Amino acid sequence: MPMNLLLKGFEDFGQYLLLLRRSFTGLLRFRLYWELWTHEQIHMGRDSLFLVAIISLFVGAVTTVQTAYQIVSPFIPKSTIGAIVSTSAILELAPTVTSLVLAGRIGSSIASQIGSMRVSEQIDALEVMGINSATYLILPRLFSAIVAFPLLVIYACFIVHIGGIIAGAFTGAVNPTQFAIGARSFFEGFQITFMLIKAVTFGFIISTVSAYQGYFVRGGALEVGKSSTRAVVVSCLMILVADYVLAQLLL
Amino acid sequence: MSLLRIEGISKWFGATQVLYDISFTFYPGQINMIIGPSGCGKTVLLKCIVGLIRPETGKVFFGDVDFLKASSEQKRSILKNLGMLFQSSALFDSMTVGENVAFPLRVFTRQPEKVIQDRVAYCLERVGLAGIQAKYPAELSGGMKRRVGLARAIALNPRYLFCDEPNSGLDPLTARRIDELIQEITQEFQTTTVVVTHDLKSMLDMGQRILFLYQGRAEWQGTRTQLFRELEALPPNLSNFLHASGLIR
Repeated sequence: MPMNLLLKGFEDFGQYLLLLRRSFTGLLRFRLYWELWTHEQIHMGRDSLFLVAIISLFVGAVTTVQTAYQIVSPFIPKSTIGAIVSTSAILELAPTVTSLVLAGRIGSSIASQIGSMRVSEQIDALEVMGINSATYLILPRLFSAIVAFPLLVIYACFIVHIGGIIAGAFTGAVNPTQFAIGARSFFEGFQITFMLIKAVTFGFIISTVSAYQGYFVRGGALEVGKSSTRAVVVSCLMILVADYVLAQLLL
Repeated sequence: MSLLRIEGISKWFGATQVLYDISFTFYPGQINMIIGPSGCGKTVLLKCIVGLIRPETGKVFFGDVDFLKASSEQKRSILKNLGMLFQSSALFDSMTVGENVAFPLRVFTRQPEKVIQDRVAYCLERVGLAGIQAKYPAELSGGMKRRVGLARAIALNPRYLFCDEPNSGLDPLTARRIDELIQEITQEFQTTTVVVTHDLKSMLDMGQRILFLYQGRAEWQGTRTQLFRELEALPPNLSNFLHASGLIR
């Protein structure tokens, strides 16, 4: 049984790679992709702003309160809270938590959109028209994710800081000036590069894994729903694995 | 060029063979029908012809070109001349009716937007749905969706028109209207029309050349005239199929 699962895993991975390769062939006119790309930008980027803001605000606030709770020694300056929250936000909270949340919102949406196109023969209609459906459906979503995710992560990082500052001031754990001093004292430019590398990687994973799950749906509405769930689960797992690998390689 | 010929098409799904060595010639300007009971392989054969499924053996000739061995350029050129009406209509949900019909024109031609819009208006008018460009597929009835699907299929003046169960699930009046439209379009554009159906009324009304499939095998083929002439000598499966409809006694 484990052997079968392993073989199935290899088969799926191979099929995923072949789909990726296929999605870069048979390109149509740029204008067609541009329209899809802008549409996806609105869907992935603008429509996620509120959700990302709310989650980031609370993540920042909770991290600040919990860090303050753990720092009990009077010899540790209050600014350390700002340093810890800021570094955590840049290295982990903004890119990873935001991507895990977006895997749910965007990943399920991509899988269900493409999956419902598959079961309602819309993908067949594209193929009969001589259009490479993999390129048409996956490429705009992939490039959209690669652009939208870093922007959303930068935005999330900013809001995490705002959440931290508000919670620190509100609870009296750390005032905004101390928070800012701490945040700046441990800041390194490479942290931002690392955050953006993570964002691009996670955007790539979510868009392609979800597209793969939707593209090969067989059956009806029930299978579309299952593929949507599978897209979120697999994307989240892949994000966590990639998170570890990137940290190990780049830090 | 618009003669369509299939030779020795066989198809397996895993260990199950669903098509057995099927050969047939589809003629231009005629409605060529693939008939047979549900599950006999009609849609699989149609998908093999248009390239959605690759058969294990056989050849599909569009004119002189073997589609299965054609270069990507040749395939693109053939597909450009091919329109297909799907059983589910397969309209793009995220696009309006106008955008759906304009889609093949935008992909394959570099015409100005005004020309595209005029063509869209003509195609919709041709199927009796003038002025619904701004509606979304979700706002249309089943019959209207099929007609929009037909309008999209003829947008590029195709030489080959494929219809998969064009009137299944529709009320009799709408079903007959769809049949009439397919007939009119075949006459007007001189397309090689291939209709897959198990609706015998459609076959009797418009079928000119007929291929009868039974359990993946081509059991009978010929013209409608031949069918009526040989009514007493037809293979038992076809005879049963025809008599089950009650249209032939």
